[in-house]
Amino acid sequence: MKEKVIISLRRLAFLAMLVLLLPALSGCSSIAVLDPKGPIAAQQRDLMFLSTVLCAVVIVPVLILSAIIIWRYRDKADRKAAYTPNWAHSTKLEMIWWGIPIIIILALAIVTARATYALEPSKPLESKADVKPLTVQVTSLNWKWLFQYPEQGIASVNELKIPQGVPVRFEITADSPMNSFWIPQLGGQIYAMSGMAMTLYLQADETGQYWGSGANFTGTDFAKMFFDVHAVTAEEFMDWVEGVKQDSPKLTLDGYKQLAEPSASEKLTYSSFPEGLFEMTVTKYASSHHHGMSIHEGSAH
Amino acid sequence: MLESIKNWASDFFVTGDPLIYGADAAIVITLVAIVFGLTYFKKWGWLWRNWLTTVDHKKVGIMYILSAFLMMFRGGVDALLMRTQLAMPELQFLQPDHYNEIFTTHGVIMILFMAMPFMFGLFNVAVPLQLGARDVAYPFMNALSFWLFFAGAMLFNLSFVIGGSPDAGWLAYPPYSELMYNPGVGQDFYIWGIQISGIGSLMTGINFIVTILKLRAPGMKLMKMPMFSWSVLASCIAIIFSFPILTATLALLFLDRYGGAHFFTLDGGGNPMMYINLIWMWGHPEVYIIVLPAFGIFSEVVSTFSRKKLFGYKSMVYAMMIISILSFLVWAHHFFTMGSGANVNAFFALSTMVIAIPTGVKVFNWLFTMFRGRISFESPMLWTTGFIPCFVIGGMTGVLLSVAPADFQYHNSYFLIAHFHQVIIGGVVFGYFAGLYYWWPKLFGFKLNERIGKWAFWFWNIGFYLCFMPQYVLGLDGMTRRLVTYSWDKGWWGLNLVSSIGAGLMGIAFLFQVWQILHGIKHYRSNLDTTGDPWDGRTLEWSIPSPAPHYNFAVLPQVSDQDEWWEEKQRRQKEGYTAVAPEFSPIHMPNNSGIPIIMAGCWFLAGFGFVFHWLWLIIPGLAGVALCMLAHSFNYDTDHYIPVEDIKRTEASIWGAANL
Amino acid sequence: MSSSQVTEASAHAHHDQHPDIEEMRLLGFWIYLMTDVMIFGTFFATYIVLKNSTNGGPDPANLFELGGVIASTFILLASSYTCGLAVLAMNKGRLRALLGWLAITALLGACFIGLEISEFAHLVNRGATMGTSAFLSAFYTLVGTHGLHVSLGLVWMVALMLQLAKRGITPVTKRKVQVISLFWHFLDVIWIFVFTVVYLMGVS
Repeated sequence: MKEKVIISLRRLAFLAMLVLLLPALSGCSSIAVLDPKGPIAAQQRDLMFLSTVLCAVVIVPVLILSAIIIWRYRDKADRKAAYTPNWAHSTKLEMIWWGIPIIIILALAIVTARATYALEPSKPLESKADVKPLTVQVTSLNWKWLFQYPEQGIASVNELKIPQGVPVRFEITADSPMNSFWIPQLGGQIYAMSGMAMTLYLQADETGQYWGSGANFTGTDFAKMFFDVHAVTAEEFMDWVEGVKQDSPKLTLDGYKQLAEPSASEKLTYSSFPEGLFEMTVTKYASSHHHGMSIHEGSAH
Repeated sequence: MLESIKNWASDFFVTGDPLIYGADAAIVITLVAIVFGLTYFKKWGWLWRNWLTTVDHKKVGIMYILSAFLMMFRGGVDALLMRTQLAMPELQFLQPDHYNEIFTTHGVIMILFMAMPFMFGLFNVAVPLQLGARDVAYPFMNALSFWLFFAGAMLFNLSFVIGGSPDAGWLAYPPYSELMYNPGVGQDFYIWGIQISGIGSLMTGINFIVTILKLRAPGMKLMKMPMFSWSVLASCIAIIFSFPILTATLALLFLDRYGGAHFFTLDGGGNPMMYINLIWMWGHPEVYIIVLPAFGIFSEVVSTFSRKKLFGYKSMVYAMMIISILSFLVWAHHFFTMGSGANVNAFFALSTMVIAIPTGVKVFNWLFTMFRGRISFESPMLWTTGFIPCFVIGGMTGVLLSVAPADFQYHNSYFLIAHFHQVIIGGVVFGYFAGLYYWWPKLFGFKLNERIGKWAFWFWNIGFYLCFMPQYVLGLDGMTRRLVTYSWDKGWWGLNLVSSIGAGLMGIAFLFQVWQILHGIKHYRSNLDTTGDPWDGRTLEWSIPSPAPHYNFAVLPQVSDQDEWWEEKQRRQKEGYTAVAPEFSPIHMPNNSGIPIIMAGCWFLAGFGFVFHWLWLIIPGLAGVALCMLAHSFNYDTDHYIPVEDIKRTEASIWGAANL
Repeated sequence: MSSSQVTEASAHAHHDQHPDIEEMRLLGFWIYLMTDVMIFGTFFATYIVLKNSTNGGPDPANLFELGGVIASTFILLASSYTCGLAVLAMNKGRLRALLGWLAITALLGACFIGLEISEFAHLVNRGATMGTSAFLSAFYTLVGTHGLHVSLGLVWMVALMLQLAKRGITPVTKRKVQVISLFWHFLDVIWIFVFTVVYLMGVS
């Protein structure tokens, strides 16, 4: 029963969106955000639909009402509609239209507040007991993405491979101007900032090819910061890791420095990376935020 | 020697792109033509006495609006260049760095150098007349505000030909806007252009608050004040609390870049997130600063053209004041994705939604002002009817964006771009157009051609929806803002092409408006407004001749009602009404002054010096500013009285002696 | 219209149209002070956010010496007092006393600025510059902005004294004195906050 209500709500919402996003909407399935492939993106899409419906409850009647009023009360010679030039106040009516938005906003506020806590990006995803989340450390460089797999000991550039059905814990930082890490079909974005490691949990429910991007402007080749996301089966993922370990070069510290130079990049894979590279990148900027050494040791803060 | 001069020049002037050479040539030719024209027709003295040194609010307003149109042209060309580049995938029309400069200047110019002066122009044009005042509270400062804005705008636009434009987006987020990533001078042009004009904005805010509080005609209680003046008050309150934050923030960014400070740098303990917080503490109120006066205009227009009292006057006032205050409590909704945690995000999501309530109330009040009215669709009303659906939908997508977890998907995408263009074009620009068409006859004494105006209206509207509706879908399809290009395989090209066509239509619409104005000037004799009240208006500005004489009101009106002029017209039609012959008395008026333009010129020089780190220019520039201030302080000959004879003569020449 | 009517009308007009033009200017200055509060507020907030970001450089505790700061605090407080006396003298119509108190106020203000400059010079000599750390950037900006306000106030005060000497106490000069005294007290209040937030809370 509840599910049915949700489904019909969703249909209604979709209809509302269709009306509002009129032109060239060639079916939902081809629009990234509306075609989620993971639990986070799916919840976010439902939230988008629900909030659209709630808004449409007021907006659509208002649009219709304004069309009617503008048409009916236009000035013309043989007009029959009433004309009351001094009617300018009605407590009852004004109560109604202070009331309606308040009710709608209240409903939306409750939905939003709940969802804000439920979809807090750093909140771990629930998964089956035997599935351990995979950690990927993401660094935004000018103008490429570096992905490190600390558990597998490998790294890649502009190519993200993740096992399907496994929660992925992204730890995100930047060795560049602030960026934003976004894979539309898996879930919402979060900023990649120097000196901080942001946590974002995502998961792909289906195998397939998706893409991600840097959503916050970072300079010249910002537009080349798209990356491929492959969600593959657990076996394929293991095979890929093995393959990278065998065939790819190592990422050395010097290699990283070169990689961090401003330029766009092809897809690359590395069979290893310097130990603690990610932490080093974060602390490089973070150290200065905290109390530095004082001239006199031990002085009070 | 020659070689080093050549090297310096190629650094100093922007080179390399044929587009820029073309623009350079156009600028030089225009300037030469203007100088030649003024000299040939011996108009320098006229220009200086009547315009450059004027402190008359109406003329200041006209100069603001003229500048705003110039800036709209520049910002619009930027927009068209961007849309051309994005029309098809993988186009090479603009190089990335050039594209980055263009979207930056487009944003800065449209908000700060188009919307703001347009708004201030309308303040100047309408507020003193609506209040029954003879000028603003501080006419000298008013002229100074304009010239500071103008100096700032020119400094910012100079970056187009000298030194290079800023390219860090309209809000210049660090660390990208810091020296480390952005060593050129573009960012310094940005800082000083905005800083100088920002001082002007701040002074205008103070000026109009005092004007509204102190210079209302006798009998005009605050709760009888026209709604536009209320909206100006609400907007100015937001200005005086938010613009100082902008000034302070840009000063800090400047210290980072010029003085080696570490406020927002990645090294030295700087904190870029602080900048993002600070800039939005100004940036969000700024949005309401520009939209509130548009609400005021719609209120005036809806009531005038429905020939009906504004519905729910009190509600409107409260709604506007609530919006003005709430606008300071929502800034973090611009960066839900910064990871501030669920508590912070929930707070800012909810405070944002709350703003929808008073805004919604305003829409209902407008609708019920029209309800049982007698609506006629001259230009101002046409724009208002175009505004309502556009703003309602734009407002709705704004509420959608405020749902924090969903915003993780909308943020930085074209969905956001479409949203804010919809509220800013549909709300602000349409509103200012409505205001301009509404007060045009009052300003210039003639009406504009309605037919050409209709063409402009429809091109604007159709162009708008074609341009921005597809962008909502593109955003949902993952297209992020500020992309210079995109690949074929994303499937975005169809919608982008439609969007670019829409932008082109809006460009044509702008041309229609320019034509409309030129046409109006050419045929002004046949469209004269001899009544002073072309729309059957309701407020005091329609009780005086068009264009208003420089002292506005020969006799200050005595106000007893909310729509004073409308009521007065009713009274005059009643039987037994006898006109009282006006009793004139000498009118106290401020003197013209050359100090504002000279002081702004000195600021311009100082700003230019700061951009290039030229101490030899900074010091005389700032010294000039100080001297101007002292000169003004020591000048006690600041005003004069217009004798009664002159007033009588002026009034007689307007109305005909018999009517006096 | 007889001449007496004209004068009456013009007096009436003056009353009617310009409800105390000088009072109106004073109101504008109050509003300006609000905007300045926002500027200082922003710098205070910045300072509080950044005061622990010392980047390995000196922190408030080992940088500030309260002695000199307390001295300059008293100097500024005293100047606020003398500024008040100047306004009192003006209200009694005593031009010479007014000029004298203003001169003393300006002198005290100059001492304050002198002390501030020597403090800054001392800090820079110890290697604590604007570029050392975010904390010091914020420190110099906050305290320096206050100092800049005081310095501008000094120039303004001297200019005003010249005007007073030339024109005596008129409604216009009276309003100008009121404005600068407002400004001066305002800077005093700001300094109390600077003293508390930067110095007292810094060394404790």
